[in-house]
Amino acid sequence: MPSSAPRNDPFPPDRLLALHRTMQLIRATETTLSKLFADSEIPGFIHLSVGQEAVAAGVIGALAPQDTFATTHRGHGHVLARGVALDLFFKEIMGRAGGICGGRGGSMHVADLTLGVLGANGIVGAGLPLATGSALAHQTRRSGGVAVAFFGDGAMAEGALHECLNMAALWRLPMVFVCENNGWSEFSPTSRQFAATLDKLGAAFGIPHRQVDGNDLAAVAQAATEVVEAARSDGPRILECITTRWHGHFEGDPQRYRNADEIAGLPENDPLRRSAEALLAAGIEEQDLAALVASVDSDIAVALEAARADALPDFDAAFRDVYTPTTLTAGA
Amino acid sequence: MSKPLRYVNAIAQALSDAMAADPSVMLFGEDVAAAGGPFKATRGLLDTHGPERVRDTPISEASIVGAAVGAALTGMRPVVEIMFMDFVALAMDAVVNQAAKARFMFGGQCSVPMVLRTPHGGGLNAGPQHSQCLEAWFAHIPGLRVVCPATVADAYSLLRASIEAPDPVVFVENKALYALQGDLDVDAPRGIGKARIDRPGRHATIVTYGATLYAARAAADRLAQDGVEAEIVDLRWIQPWDEEAVFASVAKTHRVVIAHEAVQAFGVGAEIAARIASDLFDELDAPVLRVGAPFMPIPFAKSLEAAYLPDADRIVAAVKDTLA
Repeated sequence: MPSSAPRNDPFPPDRLLALHRTMQLIRATETTLSKLFADSEIPGFIHLSVGQEAVAAGVIGALAPQDTFATTHRGHGHVLARGVALDLFFKEIMGRAGGICGGRGGSMHVADLTLGVLGANGIVGAGLPLATGSALAHQTRRSGGVAVAFFGDGAMAEGALHECLNMAALWRLPMVFVCENNGWSEFSPTSRQFAATLDKLGAAFGIPHRQVDGNDLAAVAQAATEVVEAARSDGPRILECITTRWHGHFEGDPQRYRNADEIAGLPENDPLRRSAEALLAAGIEEQDLAALVASVDSDIAVALEAARADALPDFDAAFRDVYTPTTLTAGA
Repeated sequence: MSKPLRYVNAIAQALSDAMAADPSVMLFGEDVAAAGGPFKATRGLLDTHGPERVRDTPISEASIVGAAVGAALTGMRPVVEIMFMDFVALAMDAVVNQAAKARFMFGGQCSVPMVLRTPHGGGLNAGPQHSQCLEAWFAHIPGLRVVCPATVADAYSLLRASIEAPDPVVFVENKALYALQGDLDVDAPRGIGKARIDRPGRHATIVTYGATLYAARAAADRLAQDGVEAEIVDLRWIQPWDEEAVFASVAKTHRVVIAHEAVQAFGVGAEIAARIASDLFDELDAPVLRVGAPFMPIPFAKSLEAAYLPDADRIVAAVKDTLA
């Protein structure tokens, strides 16, 4: 370990390297999905988080096993960071029987309840009340858990955010509101969508707000660790991560509403490049990073192959899962 | 065990007994704790079960129901109250897109064991935004259960069943029934989807639920004076509704009227009538008739509301039409 590392640094290079690998996994997975979508191997809509990987890796990396989170339509990164089985993830998005949700949800509904993932969500802002209720359950059950609500800057205009900030503050819920502020509310700049700012909104409810460079992995990880532990012991917190959306609102969106210079400049603020540079500066070898990329690519190739080979979902099995089997239907 | 009490107290007792039986049951909603509920359906529960499990919420219907979904996915069995059924319009995303679909769209990984209690119905001159019967909205959504108890005994046993049910239940209470007195049997069997033959008869069937049961009873009394024996099927459950019981009754009487307080057009009666027509056509001696509210918002003025609500006169007339 180089002597230049700051004292008491909670994110030594080996820890950052693990989070960097998570970012690489998200980037490579979504780049693969982009190609698969272009080749018509993925039906429906997908929304990619390329450029936002540091938020997923940093925040999810700060969670404990008992913690829960609800995410958004742009939620691949959070679910991957939490460790969902990669083959089940690919199978789901490609509409296969063995998908994590049996091919019934797809990209916008990836969930893994065994990992505390309460689902991506197709409705903007809808994960906020789910996470609020999850935090309420943690508090009532004294589970020691924290619930995280991921939301985009577009959801700042949704009433659900305002209701949930109020509820979380009233009940001092163990909850973190994580805003991934990429500046774009679907096809419109957020400056034209939201008259307030998230720090002022938090202040109105007495909820501490912290803003961080969402493309700086170490900064996100540090802030998330502090904010999650504060929420666990002291009630709700807001973490606003300023980040960048490289792709369109949905895959295939030509983004004609965006300035070409803005898009061309995005790679300069690439969270992966920045963390790779930081790791190299901290003494990690080039060959270690190259090995990491190769290892991620190999994992993805295996998962993709398994997904392509998997069967299509069974309609009757899907029909049977609308309701939970119960003996109550035979009673009274 | 049997003792007389009011419908609203049966609700409170079912909630209290369910909380005593299962520590994961919790209640939240507007004024359900300190105030004991706007209709007193949760009176005393804060004292008995404490402020963690019985909580007053802000006036935030969308997040009340959304939070119930999140709590249910995190190990609780929440029972939430929406003060008037009209206000569920504010919470429809949480009910329709979240609660109803989580099990299915997550591939059966989970269930969403929650109950949304809410009062519907007119008779209180509460006007167009505090009186609607909107149960058909929910019966149309795969993944939801919908129940509407008409008696004190059912208010208790069906609420206990709803809380024990693994999937989300919309539990509809008619405001006009809260003061109704009846006997309670806490040990009655509890289940989902079974109707009850309220009154046996052989000439015509009246299928109904909720407060309209009492209009049906009055109609049956009057028909009996003319020698017509009407059988009353109290559906209790709207989703799933008891096809077996309804079909058995219609196969016996060959004539059927479906009566409910909700707007007739596109309502619960429309679905049941269509199923009878398609599955039981050969058993019918007369067209299936419906009695429901007219296609207009429920009006405020006492005289207007009285003219709006389906009553025994209209049920008698409909049954007589099936016998004509």
